[in-house]
Amino acid sequence: MKIDVVKVAKLANLPLSKEEEEKYAKQLSQILDYMEKLNQADTLGVEATSSVTGLSNVMREDETEVCIPIKKGFYVTKGVFQDE
Amino acid sequence: MLQKEYFKMNDLTLIEAIRALREKKFSSVEITKAYLDRIKKINPKINAYLTVCEDEALKAAERADKLRDLPLLGVPFSMKDIYSTEGIRTTAGSKVLDKYIPPYNATVYQKLIDAGAVLLGKTNCDAWGHGASTENSDFGVVKNPWNLEYVAGGSSGGSAAALASDMTIFEIGEDTGGSIRLPSSFCSTFGLKVTYGRVSRYGAIAYASSLDSMGPMGKSVEDLSLILSVIAGKDERDATSSYNKVPDYAAGLKKSIKNLKIGLPREFYGSGLDGEVKDKIEKAVNVLEGQGAEIVDVSIPSTEYGIATYYIIAPSETSSNLARYDGIRFGNGREVFGDEAKRRIMLGTYALSSGYYDEYYLKAQKVRTLVRKDFEKAFTKCDVILAPVSPTPPFKIGEKINDPLSMYLVDVYTVLVNLAGIPSLALPCGFSKTGLPIGMQIIGPQFSESLILNAGYQYEKATNWRKEKPKL
Repeated sequence: MKIDVVKVAKLANLPLSKEEEEKYAKQLSQILDYMEKLNQADTLGVEATSSVTGLSNVMREDETEVCIPIKKGFYVTKGVFQDE
Repeated sequence: MLQKEYFKMNDLTLIEAIRALREKKFSSVEITKAYLDRIKKINPKINAYLTVCEDEALKAAERADKLRDLPLLGVPFSMKDIYSTEGIRTTAGSKVLDKYIPPYNATVYQKLIDAGAVLLGKTNCDAWGHGASTENSDFGVVKNPWNLEYVAGGSSGGSAAALASDMTIFEIGEDTGGSIRLPSSFCSTFGLKVTYGRVSRYGAIAYASSLDSMGPMGKSVEDLSLILSVIAGKDERDATSSYNKVPDYAAGLKKSIKNLKIGLPREFYGSGLDGEVKDKIEKAVNVLEGQGAEIVDVSIPSTEYGIATYYIIAPSETSSNLARYDGIRFGNGREVFGDEAKRRIMLGTYALSSGYYDEYYLKAQKVRTLVRKDFEKAFTKCDVILAPVSPTPPFKIGEKINDPLSMYLVDVYTVLVNLAGIPSLALPCGFSKTGLPIGMQIIGPQFSESLILNAGYQYEKATNWRKEKPKL
């Protein structure tokens, strides 16, 4: 197996059942085998792309604005969870 | 009101609905009710809507009937359930968020309601946008209105199915690796994946942040153009949104495409492409040539690396984005993630982990540069590129769900566009022998939305595939 599923699940904070561990080990190894393709691509001297439109260090005016209304010192929002 | 007149309202394009509302043929409340009725009748068969906000919609429609002069005043619409809508449940198709009600609005939603549009509800999708068939939705698969045994495509499957079955007038989808274009193609509707940064991502639940593109889906190219002019533009809350000026996209249509150079990338038309899809695109090429376009051969050599590159970069980013769902701030814990979300979190975590970062993530980012350069080079030889959206017509529900890699391969013609950050318009180009929709995409350089919309508009006028409707 290419991938240590138990270790990766721990890194990702994902609780997995034994069956899931086995299933994902098989499926992810198959997917990673496919990724081997990338080794054929010649990327010598090629820079990595992390952003496509060339924007960098985007700033806005350093001014505050009302984000969530404050009443009596508390942020006022509607309920975030529906009733059980 | 008679049932017959109701159906007429459900049949309208956005442009037609706006005109009829301005001419007072019916009120916003009347057309909103017509759509809510249609949803009640049709949605149980299709499962396109996850949440229908009837009360809010009727209130918004009543308000709209008292206002004047807004670009989308009184028009009912729906959104993929990844857009934060204040006070209205937003799930991203995942049970992790099954009871989450956002306390604020996504910029795209705010712009649409400011323009007078009326939200009918939120539509189904693969959880977190992970998928090509909506079979990864935690709330059940969306069925294709053209044949209920087939998938509607994904991840914005609910969006396209709602449009095809006339349960909405327009939709806002989201495209990270084909999620607007694939369902548009599978349901015979229109969808635009915009240039990265053209539309604000603020308030849209993130899948892969360097690829996510918000965009309109609708019933005609003209509809998409009008919506795009409303939703596009710089947003201080999304640092990656573009400062480029937003033109009046609808006014830019109706130009002749005489001498427009259309490139056909030879790698897209190889052995992996289904014969019927190829045949329909060849027919579309003939139509475009008949309108004066010039066809040129181009090459995107990195096509073969598209899937591998995308399925390293997107899961890496999603493993980071989904780390925030830890059961503390958003309700349910991480054990609630579905199968595909777990797989992508694992894949991304692995690709970013110490010892594997260079081999996978960094390598994929370098290949992403090759993809961008291939398109830049192709666009020195042609103005736009014409390509299939999917290698096959829609597939059957259940056909690929147990083989994740085969599902990933469906995205072969769409992911390259996201990796390059360029825009692409998906539009219908015919039907298979068994009556399933087939679509194509017109791809352009960055910020060339006007150009590809105009080319799509000319093709749509010459063919009228949009007049075809599924029997439900």
